[in-house]
Amino acid sequence: MSNDGSTKLSKNLLRMKFMQRGLDADVKKQLDEEEKRIISDEHWFLDLPELKAKENYIEERSYVPCEDLVYGRMSFKGFNPDVERLMVLMNAPKVEDEVNEEIGGINKMDTDITDEEMARRYESFVGSMRKKFAKKRDRSAIIDREEDVNSNVVDCKPKKAFLKPQD
Amino acid sequence: MDTVHARFKDKIGEVLLPGDVFSLSVPEGGDCIIKREKIICGPGLRRNGEEVQVCKSGILRHKQANLYWIDSQQRRYIPTKGESVIGIVTAKSGDIYKVDVGGSEQASLSYLAFEGATKRNRPNVQVGDLVYGQFTIANKDMEPELVCIDSCGRANGMGVFGADGLLFKVSLGLVRRLLAPQSEIVKDLEKIFPLETVVGLNGRVWVKAKTVQQTLIVANLLETCENMTSQQRQTLFKKVAEGSF
Repeated sequence: MSNDGSTKLSKNLLRMKFMQRGLDADVKKQLDEEEKRIISDEHWFLDLPELKAKENYIEERSYVPCEDLVYGRMSFKGFNPDVERLMVLMNAPKVEDEVNEEIGGINKMDTDITDEEMARRYESFVGSMRKKFAKKRDRSAIIDREEDVNSNVVDCKPKKAFLKPQD
Repeated sequence: MDTVHARFKDKIGEVLLPGDVFSLSVPEGGDCIIKREKIICGPGLRRNGEEVQVCKSGILRHKQANLYWIDSQQRRYIPTKGESVIGIVTAKSGDIYKVDVGGSEQASLSYLAFEGATKRNRPNVQVGDLVYGQFTIANKDMEPELVCIDSCGRANGMGVFGADGLLFKVSLGLVRRLLAPQSEIVKDLEKIFPLETVVGLNGRVWVKAKTVQQTLIVANLLETCENMTSQQRQTLFKKVAEGSF
C-alpha cells in the first residue's frame, strides 16, 4: 500500500464505532442523522390504508367449539369397554364444568388416590422412616409398641443415658 | 353496489345469504366512539376489512358471549385444523402415509405420529386401513397433515381401528347432529343393541355391531335419519328395537 501523507479512509470505515470514539457529540449526531435518512429512504412501504381493528375479529373455522361437539368414538351397551372408558375421559372436562357451576365452584382436582388412602399410606410411611433411623436399642421398643394391639405395653423404661455419679 | 348493513343480534335465528354484511354494533345517539368489542366469527362468516360478510347460506347462530356462526348444510368436507376425521390409507411413501379424508387433497400422516412409534418401531398400518386422526395443518395453501396422537403424545383412541364394521358417508349436518352434546339420535341409538361407532367430522361414519345384519340395520338407520323428523325417527327406532328381539 503506497503511503501518502493522509490515507483516504472510506466512509464506511469512518462510520464504525471505534473510529467515532474520538469525535465530538455534535459530529456524532450529524452522522447518525445522515445514516437514518439513508435508511428510511431505502425502506419500502405499502401505499394502502392500515388494517385497523384487526384484533377485534377472530376467525374460527371449525364447528367443534361452536356446537361443543363431543368425542367421535362411541360405544353402547358395553360393546367395546376401552372406547367407553375413553368416552368418559374425553367428555369429562365438560361434565365437570357443569358440576362445578352447580355446586358453586368447589374445585376438586382429579386425584389418583383418595384422601383416606393417602392418610393411611402416610401413617405407615412415618412408621417405617422412624424405624429406619432408630438406633438398634430402640428398634425393639418400637416393634413392641406397634404390635401391641391390646395396649398391654405399660410404661417404657427410661432410655439408657449416661448417669452422672452422685457424690 | 348497495350493501345491506345490519346488526348481528337482530338476525340471530334468521336465514342469511352470502353477501350480507354486518358491522359492529354502534351505539345510537351520534357517539363517534365505537366500542371495540371482540367478535369471534365462526364458520360461514368472514372478515372483510372493517366488516363481517356472510359467505354461506344458512341460519345465524349465537353462543355465549360473542361467538356467531352460520349453520349450513353441505356434504363436501373442507379440512380444518383440530378436527378429528376418519381417513383411508391410500399409499405408503417413505416416511409418510397418504390418507384420503374426503377433501380436495390427500392428507399426509407421518409414521412417527402414532403412540409409541419410533424410527425402529414402525406402526402397523397397511394400505386400505381406517385411521382416526386430527389435523395439525389444514389450510387452503398447503397439503393437510394428520396425526394420531395428541400434544402429550398419547393416542386417546386415535389411530388405526376397525377390523370389521362398515364405513359409509353422510352429510356434515348429520355428523354434527350425532356429535352434539345431548344428541337425541345417539340416545335412541343406545337403546337398540350393543354397537360401536366412530364418527369423523368429514362426514364418514363407521359402525360395528355383533352381526352383519345388525350393522347393516344401523347403517341404514343413520342414513335415513337425515331426512326424517324426530317423531318418525323415534317410531322407526322403536320398531327396530322390537323387531330385533
